Amino acid sequence: MSSQAKVLVPGQAGCGPALVFEAPISFWGGIDPATGRVSDVRHPQCGECISGKVIFLPGTIGSSSASAVLLELVHAGHAPAAVVLDAPDAILLLGLLVAREMGWPTPVAVQMAAAEQPAFASRIVTVAADGRISAR
Amino acid sequence: MSLMLTAEEQAVASGTDGAAVAMRLVAESARLLGAPRLLPIASAHIDGALYHGDSGTLFAERLVNGGAKASVRATLNVGALDLTGSCRVRLADHPREMARRMMRAYRALGCEPSWTCAPYQAGHRPTFGTDVAWGESNAVVFCNSVLGARTNRYGDFLDIACAVTGRAPDTGLHRPENRRATLVFDVSALPRRFLESDVAWPILGSLYGRTVGDAVGVVMGIAAHPGEDALKAFGAAAASSGAVGLFHIVGVTPEAPNLSSVLADGPVESVTVDTALIRSAQAALSTAQAGDQLDAVAIGSPHLSLDECRSLLRLLDGRKVRVPFYACTGRHVVAELERLGLHQDLQSAGITLVVDTCVVVTPIMDTLPSGVLMTNSGKFAHYAPGNTGYSVLYAALADCIESAVVGRPVYGSLPA
Repeated sequence: MSSQAKVLVPGQAGCGPALVFEAPISFWGGIDPATGRVSDVRHPQCGECISGKVIFLPGTIGSSSASAVLLELVHAGHAPAAVVLDAPDAILLLGLLVAREMGWPTPVAVQMAAAEQPAFASRIVTVAADGRISAR
Repeated sequence: MSLMLTAEEQAVASGTDGAAVAMRLVAESARLLGAPRLLPIASAHIDGALYHGDSGTLFAERLVNGGAKASVRATLNVGALDLTGSCRVRLADHPREMARRMMRAYRALGCEPSWTCAPYQAGHRPTFGTDVAWGESNAVVFCNSVLGARTNRYGDFLDIACAVTGRAPDTGLHRPENRRATLVFDVSALPRRFLESDVAWPILGSLYGRTVGDAVGVVMGIAAHPGEDALKAFGAAAASSGAVGLFHIVGVTPEAPNLSSVLADGPVESVTVDTALIRSAQAALSTAQAGDQLDAVAIGSPHLSLDECRSLLRLLDGRKVRVPFYACTGRHVVAELERLGLHQDLQSAGITLVVDTCVVVTPIMDTLPSGVLMTNSGKFAHYAPGNTGYSVLYAALADCIESAVVGRPVYGSLPA
């Protein structure tokens, strides 16, 4: 299966296991910036690790320090392989924009409606630099 | 509608220096937000100098090395260290050094070393109707609601980028049509005795935030101006439990002289607050079982004003505390306390003044896996369990102090 998504922030194409979030997540307080592990005990994906995964986010909530957490993950080599968002979250994506300005390699971020995301669960997903998402 | 930059903005963005980095970040954010243009801002309040990891320090130093400077007045929110040495922060050597470098870099960018989450009580008060770019949720909500200046919730990195460029994306709460209320929060049925108590405003704020989410609401049924510290507590609690950026209170806040002037066109939801809702909101602020255990007391989120420090001293009435008692405030208040000879009184009572930072953003309190913390702050009540590991007992300031003096939780009558 494949689908064409809109590129929100250009970056490196990525391939990895899909991690489809079943609920919105706050990166600050919800993702451990040192490891990429989901640390929000109330979240269905608690304990999963986003590093190297193609993450599908149906929504983002919470703190304005989400960008700092994503930047820290990119810098420390714990970034997701690609980021798929239901809607452009300027605060989260700012982490990627800053990483690009720093000259650090960043994963591509694309937009796909939350309703289409669950179809990619448990697949190996590739997100191309032009926004094409394919799964096997 | 796509983003249009002026020729001057485009020229700055095409450079290679720190100002160019800042302009590109503001412009790219504007594009993601769907803003049609950038608008000039009068000031900024920067939340980005709090250490979350080395990458933030390296970004700030990139701006410094690129010659960037804040082009408008920019105050700084708390950092991860108490630079005054008033309290001991238990950070390991590497994060301590990186946090210190980060704070130094933001000074080098021309930001004022205010190091407070209550800049609006430290002399930074933008005038009504001006556009500004502020970070820190409680400061944002106070700036919009109580001062009537206009800001969105600016997160890490975008706050300093706006300060350097003097620009912000023209969207959200900068636009008057987005500042009108779509929800009425009616508290007129609540007993006056509750509304006049000092626990009322954090509890109301917590309930309000959970009720409105990210909508703009208006509170009606408040008879008289409750004072700035009450509005500060309300806004901080509301911005912790919801994504609140702006509230109105009929007859109190500047954009709501009456109900009709502040309501949005179109459908308006209405919520009537009763005593049962207040009781459940109050209960939800505590996560610890009420018992005999008390390991620490923390107040001052947002940072205590001079008036709040005076209340603390009045209620202490010369007595000493028997459990660690952390009072978080800014250096603007410490200077006043020293001038008035009150600083010594707090130290004699055993109070630890936490300056430039606070107990939920950096390790200050002892690590106690099943510790119990008492607080009168709705914001501390919200964040302390996740960030410190302590469970929380929410109480009035007077009860926080009595409990600290006797060494176990004691409650006077909590009116509700």
